[in-house]
Amino acid sequence: MLRTFRAAVYRDLLLAVRKPADVLSALVFFVIVVSLFPLGVGPEPELLKTIAPGIIWVAALLASMLSLPRLFASDHADGTLEQMLLSAAPLGAIVVAKTVAHWLVSGLPLVLMSPVLGLQYDLDPLSLLALAGTLLVGTPVLSFIGSIGAALTLGVRSAGVLLSLLVLPLYVPVLILGTGAVDMAGAGLGAQAHFLLMGALLVVSAAFAPWAAASALRISSE
Amino acid sequence: MHNAGCHDFTDWIMLEAADLACVRGERALFSGLAFAAAQGTLLRVAGANGSGKTSLLRIVCGLTLPDHGEVRWQGADVRALREEYWKELVYIGHLNAIKDDLTGVENLEIGAALGGRPITRDAALTALERFGIAHCALLPARVLSQGQRRRVALARLALDATCALWVLDEPFTALDAAAVELMQSLIARQLARGGTVVLTTHQEVAIAAALEQRIDLGAAGPAC
Repeated sequence: MLRTFRAAVYRDLLLAVRKPADVLSALVFFVIVVSLFPLGVGPEPELLKTIAPGIIWVAALLASMLSLPRLFASDHADGTLEQMLLSAAPLGAIVVAKTVAHWLVSGLPLVLMSPVLGLQYDLDPLSLLALAGTLLVGTPVLSFIGSIGAALTLGVRSAGVLLSLLVLPLYVPVLILGTGAVDMAGAGLGAQAHFLLMGALLVVSAAFAPWAAASALRISSE
Repeated sequence: MHNAGCHDFTDWIMLEAADLACVRGERALFSGLAFAAAQGTLLRVAGANGSGKTSLLRIVCGLTLPDHGEVRWQGADVRALREEYWKELVYIGHLNAIKDDLTGVENLEIGAALGGRPITRDAALTALERFGIAHCALLPARVLSQGQRRRVALARLALDATCALWVLDEPFTALDAAAVELMQSLIARQLARGGTVVLTTHQEVAIAAALEQRIDLGAAGPAC
């Protein structure tokens, strides 16, 4: 099972490296959206500081959603998904591996880029740290929850729209906790409670989402 | 499980189906379909386009639920066996399950690991060599021709030599005469070993088989 897991992660990373445009599009989208806001609302440091966590988090939600349809769709199109469904290894393990690879490719770059983007909003170092920290804990949750939506909308026409309708409401708790933690850190208060709750969300979604996504895959590929 | 100690495999019913029915949309593709295949049986599924051959194969694999009836492997429902059954199964559908951005050998190696049957790179290369495509083993699959891609997909059969059940959907399409001949010998060897092969084909390809059954799904299913 571990070998299957490793092979699945390796495969998806290899495919991402061979086709970097797919990977970069989410990151470029994130950078551009976040950079457009200061241009739009004007250079008032206090205002920018207030809206920064919300904007960066919403942009991260949208960017991670942008890459979700690709999670299973290309495997579905070329028949490799069928083979995964018929694997002697548990399908759940393959789904976890694909989700982890998806996060490494489309979530982790956002985390690494966020402190740089936060500078545009004049965030203090502690807030920048909190921002990167919340994204580090929060973006995997987005990938796990998103994997259920991606599996359910497989092969459906206009899957992208349906996917966002399904998944965005489920992202709300992560968004609230993430922005809340950055606000707390900026105000000099402890953000520990927010981090703990996000950690709990991560554990719960990592435990249950792959199982749900695996069942959804079996249903949608019938 | 059952291990036939002698050469007479015929006692062991490996794959059987009881009262299968499949409905697609408003059309009943087939109903009341039943068969029992002993070890070493070649099961040919024939029928016109749209008569439900691929649907039947997907039901046999456990990918699709039949609308009625069940498929049993060594006496147990395949939907209950799941991974236990899939461990014994090689399915090659009409999609090749080849990633365009991976090379032939990567496709084979990673595909095997994902299937839960890891192989070494040497084994993958040997299998590709048997199918006469060793020279393009290191090329990305996108530059291969249709026939070459089919050969990469079928090279799994040269690997998965220990699997008891092969389910092949139109294995001979896009293949040239030499490759068809190789497939014939691989299938014959699998049957001689006591494996079971289920295949659909429009070409009448002769395969040496001690036991052969034919399921005729007839013309395109009647409207209902």
